[in-house]
Amino acid sequence: MKKHLLSVHDLSMDDVETLFATAAEMHDVQHRQVKKLPALRGRTVINLFFEDSTRTRSSFEIAGKWLSADTINITGKGSSASKGESLRDTVLTICAMGVDALVMRHSASGAALQVSQWVDAAVINAGDGTHEHPSQALLDAYTLQRYFEAKNLGPLEGKHVAIVGDLTHSRVFRSNVGLLTKLGARVTVVAPPTLMPSGVGPWSQDAGYATSYDLDEVLPTADAVMMLRVQKERMSGGFFPTGREYTVGYGLTRQRLSLLRQDVPILHPGPMNRGLEIAADAADAASSVVLDQVSAGVAVRMSILYHLLAGEGNEK
Amino acid sequence: MSRLLITGASIEGGAAADVLVVDGAIAEVGHDLDRSGAEVVDADGLVALPGLVDLHTHLREPGREDAETILTGSQAAAVGGYTAVLAMANTNPVTDTAEAAERVHALGQAAGVVDVHPVGSVTKGLAGEELSEIGLMARSKARVRVFSDDGRCVGNARVMRRALEYVKAFGGVISQHSQDTDLAGSASCCHEGELSGRLGLPGWPGVAEDVIVARDVMLARHTGSRVHVAHVSTAGSVEVLRWAKSQGIDVTAEVTPHHLLLTTDLLAGYDPTFKVNPPLRPAEDVEALRAALADGTIDAVATDHAPHARHDKEHAFVDAAFGMLGLETAVQVVAQVMVESGRMTWADLARVMSTTPARIAGLEGQGQGLVVGAPANLTLVDPSADVTVDRADSVSLSRNNPYHGRSFGASVRATFLRGRATVLDGTLV
Repeated sequence: MKKHLLSVHDLSMDDVETLFATAAEMHDVQHRQVKKLPALRGRTVINLFFEDSTRTRSSFEIAGKWLSADTINITGKGSSASKGESLRDTVLTICAMGVDALVMRHSASGAALQVSQWVDAAVINAGDGTHEHPSQALLDAYTLQRYFEAKNLGPLEGKHVAIVGDLTHSRVFRSNVGLLTKLGARVTVVAPPTLMPSGVGPWSQDAGYATSYDLDEVLPTADAVMMLRVQKERMSGGFFPTGREYTVGYGLTRQRLSLLRQDVPILHPGPMNRGLEIAADAADAASSVVLDQVSAGVAVRMSILYHLLAGEGNEK
Repeated sequence: MSRLLITGASIEGGAAADVLVVDGAIAEVGHDLDRSGAEVVDADGLVALPGLVDLHTHLREPGREDAETILTGSQAAAVGGYTAVLAMANTNPVTDTAEAAERVHALGQAAGVVDVHPVGSVTKGLAGEELSEIGLMARSKARVRVFSDDGRCVGNARVMRRALEYVKAFGGVISQHSQDTDLAGSASCCHEGELSGRLGLPGWPGVAEDVIVARDVMLARHTGSRVHVAHVSTAGSVEVLRWAKSQGIDVTAEVTPHHLLLTTDLLAGYDPTFKVNPPLRPAEDVEALRAALADGTIDAVATDHAPHARHDKEHAFVDAAFGMLGLETAVQVVAQVMVESGRMTWADLARVMSTTPARIAGLEGQGQGLVVGAPANLTLVDPSADVTVDRADSVSLSRNNPYHGRSFGASVRATFLRGRATVLDGTLV
């Protein structure tokens, strides 16, 4: 495994299998009364969040604590540029305190990669702008695997996964399309043309995923559906006219649920805009795995921290 | 009487000859010229070019003297073979008054390394609303002829129209930074295309440039005035320019060395060294620019030399400053892309990097070629060098050099400003 986790493209198939195997062990720990493992005792993990986050930050914090690492949160709003300090100075200052891992969230794409070139600590990308969110993709794929296993639906390989929503601005989409295709799933991404990422034509051809503007056409063959959050401020950017129109075209509505087989899992990275991209009937359906994703998130992040900090054979 | 004899230089890539300079002017070009009392510079194997003229330089003074000064920028220019540069107006304060222009001009004269001609802003404070004191700048000692809000586009068509009309009185020209700000949002930081989609970087498409070039050539036709398109970066702009020239519209255009060589793929590592405005474009655009420079659709090469302090580049990509160095490396980049590839001759390079830019800017005493009677502004280039660029070697105060580690086959050996050596043996005098 590489020293940093910046992108799903850093991971080999072996790496993913290893991470998932450890995550499964960690998952069992979650259900114990005493959840603490000594694996990272004495190690320091900084959650450095330049952008608001509740679930990802607390998920990493719990993961670190259950592994006995000293986990500290540092949050700051806005770019370091607006404070007059360069990003390099900001992270070098923090790392000078003695840090083993930086779990980093930043509003700028590529920020985690840049930081990894400046510091000695292992850098875990917890979301960089609209680029990647690799731990989210790992927990999504892990959740899907466990779901298909539990329902005797076979492996993730060969399954048809639909990813629906604001693709342009979604790091969850970028990490998921990379990881799911790596794991052999067939991916179709669905969005109105204005929310398709630029250059999606050649990119999708090269990376081997499909694109569609028509959700109703995609859903009947889907084996899993991942709905992405749509931010209301995109309306003012002219990406779509109204929320109502978006829901009619691209929301997972009560009516659209009938296009899905009953055992098709419904995923959402949260926070959900109920009534916009996902109806309550879908969010609360028996096949919804939204809360399983959150629970898996802690296990997968424990596994990531464990392998980057305690694992053997790290390429240092 | 001072005499300088440059021996054996290939004149603009043609036959070798000696060049005799007397009191700062070219006195004779020929063979076996009289050496008596002359300082002799052996230029055997070197190409002699007229001193280069840069239509587009950011010298950062006043305002950001930590990134570059008029002196250090002048030195970087001389090292690159230049004898004249046009200093863009987006300093702090902005060059939008006669006093500001004269100050830049005077600092350039005091530095005395290249001729520094201030560019005046089109609008007060680059705000795009009211015209700057264009006429006073033109009448000032700085004799400003080129006006530009570079860094920003004169987006308002009414303001652009009035500016084009106004400068007709004294033969001025508006150099436009063509970028539709509605299509290029404030967070945009790169070319919008497949790579920006993958990287999750907000970009702006080539058409944001094309539509302004198209609008401006129509305004130039309507006003009968002269417009200059700064740093053309797209195949679409080239198409518009080709059409406009076929219609006889008075438009000229420049391209930067970096847009002739570097492509948007370099952004894959999110290195802000490669963040520049206009952004690096895909290979198809680069090829269109090369073809346009070769066939004359694009008239000139200009560096858009844009020094930045190191800490202004050590931000996340979207937050980092736009711009890259260019003066010291321009000739070697253009030589590699256009001359070594066989698409242009050295004489063509002299035309696009000296003669034509001097004509566009209305500079007297620059870009006149190696002819008897002309001021001895010239540069000697080794066309068979093997040099690897090291950003640490730069005489610029900044280090945002996009060519660090790249190798080139040409290098500037000497530069003369009115017969006085500013660079000899590749180093500042």
